[in-house]
Amino acid sequence: MMRFLRSAFVIARRDFGATVLSKTFIFFLIGPLFPLLLGGVFGGIGARVATQTVRPTVAIITEPQSFTAIATARERLAAATSDDTVIRIIRFDPEPDLAAQQKRLLASRSPPIQAVLTGWYGSFHLAGDIHKGDPTERQLELILRSAEMGMFPGPPVHVQPTKRMSPASLVKDRALTAQLGEMLLFFLTILLSGMLLSQLIEEKSNKIIEVIAAAVPIDALFVGKLFAMLAASVVGIVVWLSAGALLIQAVKSGGVQTLPPPAVGWPGFLILGVVYFAMSYLLLGAAFLTIGAQAATVREVQTMSMPITFGQVLIFGLASTAVGSPNSPIAIGAAIFPLSSPMVMIARAAQEPHWWPHLVAILWQAAWVALILHLGASMFRKTVLKSGPRRRWWSRKSVA
Amino acid sequence: MLQQVSHSAASNALAVEAIDLVKDFDGTRAVDGVSLAVPPGSIYGLLGPNGAGKTTILRMLIGIIDPSSGTRRVLGHERPLEAAQEVGYLPEERGLYPAMHARDAIAFMGALRGLPLAEGRRRADVLLAEHNLGDWAKKPIRTLSKGMAQTVQLLGTIIHKPRLIVLDEPFAGLDAINQGRLEELIRRETRAGVTVLFSTHVIAHAERLCESVAIVAKGKIAFDGRVDDARAKLSAIVRLRTRASDGPWRSAIPAGARREGDEWVFELPAAGPEPLLRALIDGGAGIETLAIERPGLHDAFVAIAGSAAAAAMGQEKA
Repeated sequence: MMRFLRSAFVIARRDFGATVLSKTFIFFLIGPLFPLLLGGVFGGIGARVATQTVRPTVAIITEPQSFTAIATARERLAAATSDDTVIRIIRFDPEPDLAAQQKRLLASRSPPIQAVLTGWYGSFHLAGDIHKGDPTERQLELILRSAEMGMFPGPPVHVQPTKRMSPASLVKDRALTAQLGEMLLFFLTILLSGMLLSQLIEEKSNKIIEVIAAAVPIDALFVGKLFAMLAASVVGIVVWLSAGALLIQAVKSGGVQTLPPPAVGWPGFLILGVVYFAMSYLLLGAAFLTIGAQAATVREVQTMSMPITFGQVLIFGLASTAVGSPNSPIAIGAAIFPLSSPMVMIARAAQEPHWWPHLVAILWQAAWVALILHLGASMFRKTVLKSGPRRRWWSRKSVA
Repeated sequence: MLQQVSHSAASNALAVEAIDLVKDFDGTRAVDGVSLAVPPGSIYGLLGPNGAGKTTILRMLIGIIDPSSGTRRVLGHERPLEAAQEVGYLPEERGLYPAMHARDAIAFMGALRGLPLAEGRRRADVLLAEHNLGDWAKKPIRTLSKGMAQTVQLLGTIIHKPRLIVLDEPFAGLDAINQGRLEELIRRETRAGVTVLFSTHVIAHAERLCESVAIVAKGKIAFDGRVDDARAKLSAIVRLRTRASDGPWRSAIPAGARREGDEWVFELPAAGPEPLLRALIDGGAGIETLAIERPGLHDAFVAIAGSAAAAAMGQEKA
């Protein structure tokens, strides 16, 4: 066993080094960062533009003392909701010709004024491109009421923080986490495991397969290749997730902590996420390695990749049935089917707090990884190396 | 029981043993009942034309493929891969990772056979320097010439100091100088007690290097034994030129003799050269020249495998 593992390690070390230390790996790493980066840049610009153009501005013609109460009320509202959605207000000193001042302000382009407020508590007058029930009018009404009440502050509200959420929102949030976890697992697996289809082409085309097959068992070759690519993928994922977390932290107040909490808790969910990604990768990767090993040329691999991608989408569709109803018969069936099992189980981790199903599932999936690899290596020996006696399924004749 | 034990002990003494190996590919029998016995420390050649089944035999012996039937034992192991760390193998179709540096390629091949990578690199540097490739140690394989790459692969075959070296057509593609170097390397390894088993379709290499050969033709072993025994299957050839064209001496010429120019060519009679010489002198032949030639391995090969197989070998000279 030690010799087998050592052989697999030699193969894995070579493959990992050849992959990670190649120039193309830089493109592999930065490729997925482009959409994130562009999304961040254009999203930021868009948000700024939206802030500047969409948020209405109301001119308030009043004395500074009166405006202070209104501005304070506006700040309270902005803090309670979000500054992005609360109207902007600008004060102007009253002029002798109020009508002319109103007209001039409404014609202003810098800043563009949507409406002009005049008058005093109890008798406000709002003029401009506005109608009754307009959001600007409603916000302004709230601000003015708040400003009025601010003069007579009410009793303070005592806050008692509690982690308990309402059952309805809890189920909804966890389903969202389950769906996100499942989708993340699916996309990472579909993006990364496809590389394994062409893993044996290099060895077959440069004939080194003969040297390797004479020195180590084919099973060790398969295991080494699979784990090398898993390790290379994990390097990529660490880079991408770090960049993604930084981006979320930058654009979303509160960062990743604001995401809905899974049933097993965030630390457990993240650990299971890593384990299930590895399992999903190993399962699909072992299947891809097996299929790809049969291909003699890159052209054959390319021809195979489309139906395989389609198959992955079907598996994702099967796994999606588990979200929302993890104990339904179809969800349990999808958890048992090895190729969809990791995705179903990560969704389950978001929705169900029990740990024992995960232990069973991980052992089950690991057994299937070993089985698929063994079958793949046997197929490779039989069909590619043409090794061993010819056996028919109806004939059990053994050959020494 | 006692008999079984002694048989096992005898088998273990052999470096490689094959019993009745058969290999079928899609209904075609490529190897048909091959049995071999390679003594330890010997140079053993598999000789035969292309397509005779030599590579398939070697691939079965070292465990790349399993036979359809039959058994084989390598360095005492019935599963050849169990002996992999003590075996070095150079395939017919050379293969290296083009992006790997020469020293890393050699060390990698050693690592596949259980040699620690650091030790493999250290030995690779020494071996490359010995073969005048020291300057190429840290250059990618793709930048090496074909001959250099072949040398690198050969060094990778012996980097872990194997007890058995298996070489499939090792001289193919090498120039005369490198062929000489390879022959010297093979002899040096066997002087150190290593067993060398190699296949070739060039009779001259087998004749120069091998103590024992197996002549392979159409998937079968036509002859297996010492090179001298193969030659001994044929009688020595006598080439005679006389001054007299006719006379009583003619009765000493065997019935099957043929004329080649002004020479008589015939097999040396079983009684040996003395009675022949006496009859020629007494009969007044006037011997101008008389040569007795021992048959070469090529002649033995023709006699054993047939002239068609010999023609297929291409009559390639080293």
